[in-house]
Amino acid sequence: MSEPSKKLRVATASLAGCFGCHMSLLDIDERLTELLEHVELDASPLTDQKHVGTCDIGLIEGGLCNADNVHVLRAFRRHCKILVAVGACAVNGGLPAQRNHLDIRDCLQSVYLTGLGVERGFIPNDPELPLPLAQVHPLHDVVKIDYFLPGCPPSADAIWQFLSDLIAGRTPQLGHGLIRYD
Amino acid sequence: MSDAPQTFVLDGEAVEFSPGQSILQAALAGGSYIPSLCYHPEFKPHGSCKVCTVKVNGRAAASCTTPARAGDVVELQSEELQDLRKNLVQFLFTEGNHFCPSCEQSGDCQLQAVGYELGVVSGHYNPLFPTRNVDASHPDVLLDLNRCILCELCVRASSIVDKKDVFALSGRGITKHLVVNAESGRLADTALQLSDKAMSVCPVGAILRKRHGFATPIGQRTFDKQPVSALAIQKAQAKTTDEGTR
Ligand code: SF4
Ligand code: SF4
Ligand code: FES
Repeated sequence: MSEPSKKLRVATASLAGCFGCHMSLLDIDERLTELLEHVELDASPLTDQKHVGTCDIGLIEGGLCNADNVHVLRAFRRHCKILVAVGACAVNGGLPAQRNHLDIRDCLQSVYLTGLGVERGFIPNDPELPLPLAQVHPLHDVVKIDYFLPGCPPSADAIWQFLSDLIAGRTPQLGHGLIRYD
Repeated sequence: MSDAPQTFVLDGEAVEFSPGQSILQAALAGGSYIPSLCYHPEFKPHGSCKVCTVKVNGRAAASCTTPARAGDVVELQSEELQDLRKNLVQFLFTEGNHFCPSCEQSGDCQLQAVGYELGVVSGHYNPLFPTRNVDASHPDVLLDLNRCILCELCVRASSIVDKKDVFALSGRGITKHLVVNAESGRLADTALQLSDKAMSVCPVGAILRKRHGFATPIGQRTFDKQPVSALAIQKAQAKTTDEGTR
């Protein structure tokens, strides 16, 4: 029987985000090799594994704009000991939440029916498509979040500092220049 | 004649002050930062945001409106007070619409900088996402109430310095909001000009000059270069030296 792995299991997901936070994670460049000495990836767009298993850390990019986002978030919360909201959209809804003062019906109509250049438009209604929520929500509106890593995206240095602290069992501390809301 | 400077005690350290100085002013001049939002050195303090709250002899008080007094014992950095300040800032973030990545003021914004200083990493509360007006009627000025924190600095500047009374606050509690003094309610129908004092006092990105957004690259904006604490102390000390050499 093989030794149980001592590495921390980490899952990541992008909900209503732009993948910028995942790109910023990759931007830690050669430090990725050091990171992979300490962690192994579970469900993540980087592994293409879809269903989250039992994990130590879950990193979530993006807020909640549809029903599927909520299901994924809840599954992450069930499976991850530590759940982290990564980036402005996860922390406060971010750019997608700027639709929150608009009526969802008006939004769909102007995009799919009345928008510039739309011909024979219709509002997509395939049952496979997750239903949009009336408003975009930050993650902590729905589940308990253990840590927040703001930034649009958080810089590679901020992500590295944050993960190094977490891996070492310290409470993550971001100093001047690493806490950013933009 | 004894002209030994008068002092009070701030977190165990003696701080000198001159008569008439507030606790906030004396602390800054002495090199201790107290977070503030509605305080502006050129205006009479107004004491509304409460972010500058300290305990004076055990009682909570806004340090921008409380005169320094010899012998007072002032508490600034306790966990309780830091938490209170953080909470106030989190209220401001969640009761307005603050999307920093798309805000022209980002990097130069005092609310954001105070958030960084206090280690605020989330709004903590559930955001209200209120519906607020944007007034783009003026040829040179954009007024975005999504970001207004009701500090009343523009109201004070427009009334006291510009003598135009372009702005006022209306309503109470959560419905309190900034209004424009014109029958139409539109900025275009006021005498507001770019050269007005009211154009340079807003601590956030609510009153903006049109066609100037994002002109300064990231990395060179005010609070990219130094934290708000360092800048506030530097400004207060420059002012004190200035007055001393006059
Ligand atoms: S006003 Fe300041 S805190 Fe609000 S969105 Fe703009 S930069 Fe961010
Ligand atoms: S517009 Fe700016 S200066 Fe005026 S009350 Fe609002 S935050 Fe203060
Ligand atoms: S700075 Fe003192 S109450 Fe706002």
